[in-house]
Amino acid sequence: MITGGGRARPHAREVTRYLSSLSARQLGRRQEAAERAISEMGVTFTVYSEGQNIDRAWPFDIIPRTVSASEWQRVEHGLQQRLTALNAFVDDVYNDQRIVKDGKVPAELLETSENYLPECVGIRPPHGAWAHICGSDLVRDADGTIYVLEDNLRVPSGVSYMLENRIVTKQVFPELFSRNRILPVDDYPSQLFDTLASLSPRPLDYPVVVVLTPGIYNSAYFEHSYLAQSMGVALVEGGDLTVGDDDCVYMRTIAGLERVDVIYRRVNDTFLDPECFRPDSLLGVPGLMRAWRAGNVGIANAPGAGVADDKLVYAFVPDIIRYYLDEEPVLPNVPTLACVRDDERDRVLADLDNLVVKPVNESGGYGMLIGPMATRKAVAQFRRLIKTNPRNYVAQPVLSLSTAPTLIGGTLSPRHLDLRPFTLHGERQFVTAGGLTRVALVEGSLVVNSSQGGGSKDTWIVQSGDES
Amino acid sequence: MMLSRVAERIYWSARYLERAENTARLTRVYGNLLLDLPDAAGVSWPRLVEITGDDAAFAASGRQATDRGVLHFLLADPGNPGSVLSSLASARENFRTSRDLIPREAWRTVNELYLYAGEHLRRAVFQRRREEVLGTVMQRCQQVRGLLADSMNHGEAYQFLRIGRGLERTDMTTRIIDVAAASLMTGRKDLDPYRNSLWIAVLKSLSAYQMYRQQVRRRIVDRDVISFLMFDTRFPRAIGYCLGELDHSLRSLPRYEPPLRGVLRLQRIVADLDIAAIDLAGLRAFIDTMQLDLASIHRQISLTWFLPDAPT
Repeated sequence: MITGGGRARPHAREVTRYLSSLSARQLGRRQEAAERAISEMGVTFTVYSEGQNIDRAWPFDIIPRTVSASEWQRVEHGLQQRLTALNAFVDDVYNDQRIVKDGKVPAELLETSENYLPECVGIRPPHGAWAHICGSDLVRDADGTIYVLEDNLRVPSGVSYMLENRIVTKQVFPELFSRNRILPVDDYPSQLFDTLASLSPRPLDYPVVVVLTPGIYNSAYFEHSYLAQSMGVALVEGGDLTVGDDDCVYMRTIAGLERVDVIYRRVNDTFLDPECFRPDSLLGVPGLMRAWRAGNVGIANAPGAGVADDKLVYAFVPDIIRYYLDEEPVLPNVPTLACVRDDERDRVLADLDNLVVKPVNESGGYGMLIGPMATRKAVAQFRRLIKTNPRNYVAQPVLSLSTAPTLIGGTLSPRHLDLRPFTLHGERQFVTAGGLTRVALVEGSLVVNSSQGGGSKDTWIVQSGDES
Repeated sequence: MMLSRVAERIYWSARYLERAENTARLTRVYGNLLLDLPDAAGVSWPRLVEITGDDAAFAASGRQATDRGVLHFLLADPGNPGSVLSSLASARENFRTSRDLIPREAWRTVNELYLYAGEHLRRAVFQRRREEVLGTVMQRCQQVRGLLADSMNHGEAYQFLRIGRGLERTDMTTRIIDVAAASLMTGRKDLDPYRNSLWIAVLKSLSAYQMYRQQVRRRIVDRDVISFLMFDTRFPRAIGYCLGELDHSLRSLPRYEPPLRGVLRLQRIVADLDIAAIDLAGLRAFIDTMQLDLASIHRQISLTWFLPDAPT
């Protein structure tokens, strides 16, 4: 938002001028109003720890984060390109494996991936799309470059908070919306519905779409319920669905069994179907994989799509884009060392103090080592972990993440942030205008996850006067 | 179409809310009765759990059969699933998990009510605080019902609320008549002067006293009160009214026949009841039959809508 020299970037000028005209007391009052709105709207997220599940109010900073529309156009293009390539990759992996035969990706990369599901081999889902909803984590480095840090292709969450943040900001700063051209975000639920509807196996005007949630104790239950409500579809649990002898999926309603066409599942792969995966899972639906393989139900994201968001596969994404699309990646990757390769592992072990080490299958910022900030004990522990199970770790340089002004204790202070836009891919593609900005509320911290004390901001894609 | 699981939660949320209110009503009226009747009448708090059939559960709770022991069991015992506190906790949990369908204000009021109950019901064990605490609980239950009636679509979800409430209310009105009948069955002539107080207390426990007086312009007699509570179709806590409401709500749902048959059967049994010819023991036996019928209607509701497995 602010250039290195302390001057506001052009698209942020109006916002910056306005915010600096407000006194600390005025800002404080706006923050209070926002917090009140959040608690009244019941925007919560659930925290697992502390012995029980607790609904906490969603942590929100009223100062919006701005990005210029012209820059966003490029990001949007980059995200579409990336998801197109990733879907082509997944489709290939479960079918011909051309990319392996052509030597671009080592076979063991797939065979050793926890997210590779042999049950998916030979499936051809509609539109060649496996990951229909992708949440990409973007970060901006000190020099202004936007990198893709992660592709979340399994059950990415956060979009409901993006929508709620906008509603709150409109209440807190209505005057800024009339003075700036800020791209709207509120068409996401209808875009999501259209994407899901395009996966229906039956040619109907109104296919029966449901959101499958693990239940009220899941940390993202608020979002599951929010999306179901805003799409006007049923929010179901595993027990509400059953697979008939005809290999079709039905939901149990008061009028009897009703056929379901598309399931937007927010349950992890291995819990989806106790017949196929974890037999102890009560969250899934016995026979669901059978119904999906028979082409009788659409599942978003498709089982097995996670094979492409393994953090080890991440290291290959630029090559994947070049291979399937014959294009250069629009958005760069963060340089990544894969510990499974001997030479790269040696470099990682030699430089642990300066690197970020990530387990390949975790999300939510859990199980990471941030070298420069870690204790000696933690570094030694990761050294052991990497040596025991090198396949499980990748390492990246510490990026000097960009900051944005954030209201802390009544005054504006810089805090590190990232951005999670959401990309949809069904019959057509769609990228949210902006996304969920997450901010580390602790000074100097790089951890933005809400489960670990991070906050969020509204994200504004702003058109400047000379753009249209 | 509404999910079976959701319908079941909505149904139970209404039942538990009504049960909490009714148990509060029963406790309040019984307390007043204790003040009015002489000790010789044999009414006592331990006697109440015998009449309501909760004596086994009470014995299992390990509490002493003292006044306070019984009151705590009925009002604030989290280990007694039928206590006011447990009923409110169950109502809250069912409302919480049906938030998609329940107006936000109603959920918030239920939540506040539950928090209030957790803090104050313990004190309602004491006579001095009972009126205030139980009065507040009842008032808030009514507030929730008002919010639901006024700010919710009167569609399928609302019909499940009405059905849950109607069944629970019918059940409680029969129990209250049963308590009165049992209290009078000592057969002692010296208690006759108190019969009136007892029936007035029964009417008041159902907020029915004023409406009864408007309808029945005579001295209060047992049979008139029982007839009013059994047959009246205009007073919302009378069994005749509740069954009519159930009839109406059931018909607005798909595949309503099996539970409706149960309601029609019960309506017929009640209509055939000859109050003039029945004694107190007969009345209590009749109420037992009614309660079996109510249980069977619940079973039909559950089989029809909550566990539908047969493809349509």
